[in-house]
Amino acid sequence: MAKPAKVLLNVPAIKADFPILQRKIRDKRLVYLDSAATSQKPRQVIDATSDFYSRYNANVHRAIYELGEEATREYEGAREKIAEFIRAKSPNEIVFTKSTTESLNIVAYGYGLKGKIQNGDEIVGTVMEHHSNHVPWHFVKDHKGAVLKYVDVDDDGILRMEQYDELLTKRTKIVTVALCSNVLGTINPVKEIAKRAHEVGAVCVVDAAQAAPHMPIDVQSLDADFLAFSGHKMLGPTGIGILYGKPEALEATEPLLGGGEMIREVHLGRASWNDVPYRFEGGTPNIAGAIGLGVAVDYLTKLGMEAIRAHEMEVTQYALDKIRRIKGVTTYGPTDVRKKAGVLAFTIENAHPHDVASILDVEGICIRSGHHCAQPLMERYDLPATARASFYVYNDLEDVDALTAGIRKVQEVFA
Amino acid sequence: MAAAYDLYQEQILDHYKHPRNKGPLPGASLHGRDSNPLCGDEVILHLKIDGSERIADVRFEGQGCAISQASASMLTTMLKGVTLPDADALDRDAIIKQLGIPLSAVRLKCALLSLHVLKLAIGKKTDNRA
Repeated sequence: MAKPAKVLLNVPAIKADFPILQRKIRDKRLVYLDSAATSQKPRQVIDATSDFYSRYNANVHRAIYELGEEATREYEGAREKIAEFIRAKSPNEIVFTKSTTESLNIVAYGYGLKGKIQNGDEIVGTVMEHHSNHVPWHFVKDHKGAVLKYVDVDDDGILRMEQYDELLTKRTKIVTVALCSNVLGTINPVKEIAKRAHEVGAVCVVDAAQAAPHMPIDVQSLDADFLAFSGHKMLGPTGIGILYGKPEALEATEPLLGGGEMIREVHLGRASWNDVPYRFEGGTPNIAGAIGLGVAVDYLTKLGMEAIRAHEMEVTQYALDKIRRIKGVTTYGPTDVRKKAGVLAFTIENAHPHDVASILDVEGICIRSGHHCAQPLMERYDLPATARASFYVYNDLEDVDALTAGIRKVQEVFA
Repeated sequence: MAAAYDLYQEQILDHYKHPRNKGPLPGASLHGRDSNPLCGDEVILHLKIDGSERIADVRFEGQGCAISQASASMLTTMLKGVTLPDADALDRDAIIKQLGIPLSAVRLKCALLSLHVLKLAIGKKTDNRA
């Protein structure tokens, strides 16, 4: 049985805020361990989006009437909350997008492909990136002749920092890295990487999709030029993402979407653009999504990002201790929870990860299986796929106990 | 726990743990290969055809989940001695019936990968008599 948790988060009270966690799966308690894919949503966020549609639905920035003013106020209020959440200097550094993927594509397209990158310029990534931080840079390579270089990881899933010595040159224009790996859970030393990037005159682009939900972020301390994350992984709705950019970085970026909202003046055949950040928000934005994300940020802030991180370290440590003790199970990534977020990739001898996920599903346990949109990393470790459990504010040690019991059931089936 | 594990019935696990007709097939004239990008399941099928358009021998190679690999193994047992038109006429219902397990939409893709590979093999006949 689980030992009693230290009182970092009141998990029973948190669980009670999430309607979906009251659901049974085949008469079993729902054990949701796939928050790295998407988090569940608390009642407060669900209510906020529904409240927008029920009470003050109107388009933002244009309507003169009361509803429009309310919608604009809440939408821009969410921008302010998010700026504060990541310690940005100003809400003008916060662009609403639909996802981390869109955010990274805006940078690759607007700063890279249409902007600064010339033939032979270099972009330095890492082998542990999510596909969304690989493929946009392929476009820059294909269309502008940029040279892509990658920092490797060691067998424990730690970036081989010494490789930056060789890979960074005066041709390096962009250095991009995940703050936290979605497979290994590795927390990368982004502050150091940004410093190294700046020393050669490059900008640092940070994929914070797996970090923003789980640990305090201070963009000023990190000194990142761009930083991207998604709402749906941090208790917010789907279809809303964030691109943070330093003012000078955003000014140097061309918009991806042309249309309404992003313009100052349009004439036949030419247009001038709106100011940053609105320049990047062509079309009616996801207003309900932004407002919902603002409420998610309130929820997280109330729990405290330090407390969330400490809670997840405790749950992850417990999971590592329990799961690594099972014979025939291999885990991937760092084993030191100070360097690891609540993401635990594992394989079970003689059982394919999909079969692991299917059998755990019968037990009401949701985990992810597959390549986790990180095929280059899978190739690095010569793995076709892994299972992955990931933890969040509503998970406790009992959930880990359910997982370990499930793993033993898998082993019975494939014995 | 039997009822809870409908997917992993004895015959599925048996084909997964002890695959039939697995390995390369020298002299095969028809080959198909495909993978399921979602899971990385992979099935390669080799068919040796005799003078009367009949499958004289069949082998498969691959890696992946129990459902995809058991399905491939079972498919090979259904193909020996069958004419190409009859093999081509095999449809998803025949495979699902053979597997005899309830399949969700996602796992159906695993189950039907080998059938898809069979169709590929029959569709792109290569002259490889050597």
